[in-house]
Amino acid sequence: MNWGSASEFFAMGGYGFYVWGSFGVTAAALLIETLLVKKRLGDTRRLLRRELAADRESQD
Amino acid sequence: MSQPLINWFKFASPASFYPLAGKLWPWFAALATAFAAAGLWISFFVAPTDFQQGEGYRIIFIHVPASWMSMFIYCVMAFWSAIGIGFNTRLSGMMSSALAPTGALFAFLSLWTGALWGKPMWGAWWVWDARLTSELILLFLYLGYIALTAAIDDPRRADKAGAIVSLVGVINVPIIYFSVKWWNTLHQGASVSMTKAPTMAATMLWGMLLMALAFWMYSIAVALYRVRAIILERERHATWVAELPEMQR
Repeated sequence: MNWGSASEFFAMGGYGFYVWGSFGVTAAALLIETLLVKKRLGDTRRLLRRELAADRESQD
Repeated sequence: MSQPLINWFKFASPASFYPLAGKLWPWFAALATAFAAAGLWISFFVAPTDFQQGEGYRIIFIHVPASWMSMFIYCVMAFWSAIGIGFNTRLSGMMSSALAPTGALFAFLSLWTGALWGKPMWGAWWVWDARLTSELILLFLYLGYIALTAAIDDPRRADKAGAIVSLVGVINVPIIYFSVKWWNTLHQGASVSMTKAPTMAATMLWGMLLMALAFWMYSIAVALYRVRAIILERERHATWVAELPEMQR
């Protein structure tokens, strides 16, 4: 174990800004990408469902 | 003629790849989470403090895997592009476009974490050095691919144009890899290579490899998810799309 306390862990031996800036932005970027692809598939499905419903209505 | 065990060409059709990708992505997402948990644990709690760089070196656990992924994803894009040009398969172009944003993201993260590592260790966020510049070119190649394919309305023609960009641009990948050998550079040489024993502690190496596996599984999961959206967007007028269970109300 490398850390005596939580504050020591967050300080990262004085490199806190650089280490957390790296890990934080990476985590945020991967999370945002995940949300964006989820939204993209959801939006596409919703749009296609609406189009198909409109097609069915115009055929009736 | 004997029947092959799996008919691979079956999965080259978007109609059968769409449900397959839907079944596969959760497994890769689960693997990514597991590898990331193990990798982060080793990165912060098992790997010892570096005797030269103190705790600052821990950036290596995402910097190196992100850089590897940015180069590897580009090679996979070039592979799909070659298949697309050679066999004229529709799915290949969709796979390339599904990979490009993730590859661009890892190229950006490689530069970002590199800047945050360079500042405390070299005293500069950025230097115009062979390794850094060729990685920046890789980011621009990804962005160029995305912009070019987005600018062409006909998806099949967009795929062809994008395939040419990725096949020409793939020359840059070995340039990045060997840049630290070919030119005098501030960037350190490879810590891990195929031919020599790694020049780092075993726990550090394990942390890096686990994070690389996590990024790898993440990339596969997110690309499979994105390719489903791309398939639906492009095949919207096909009968099989109208017959999908999620399209019924």
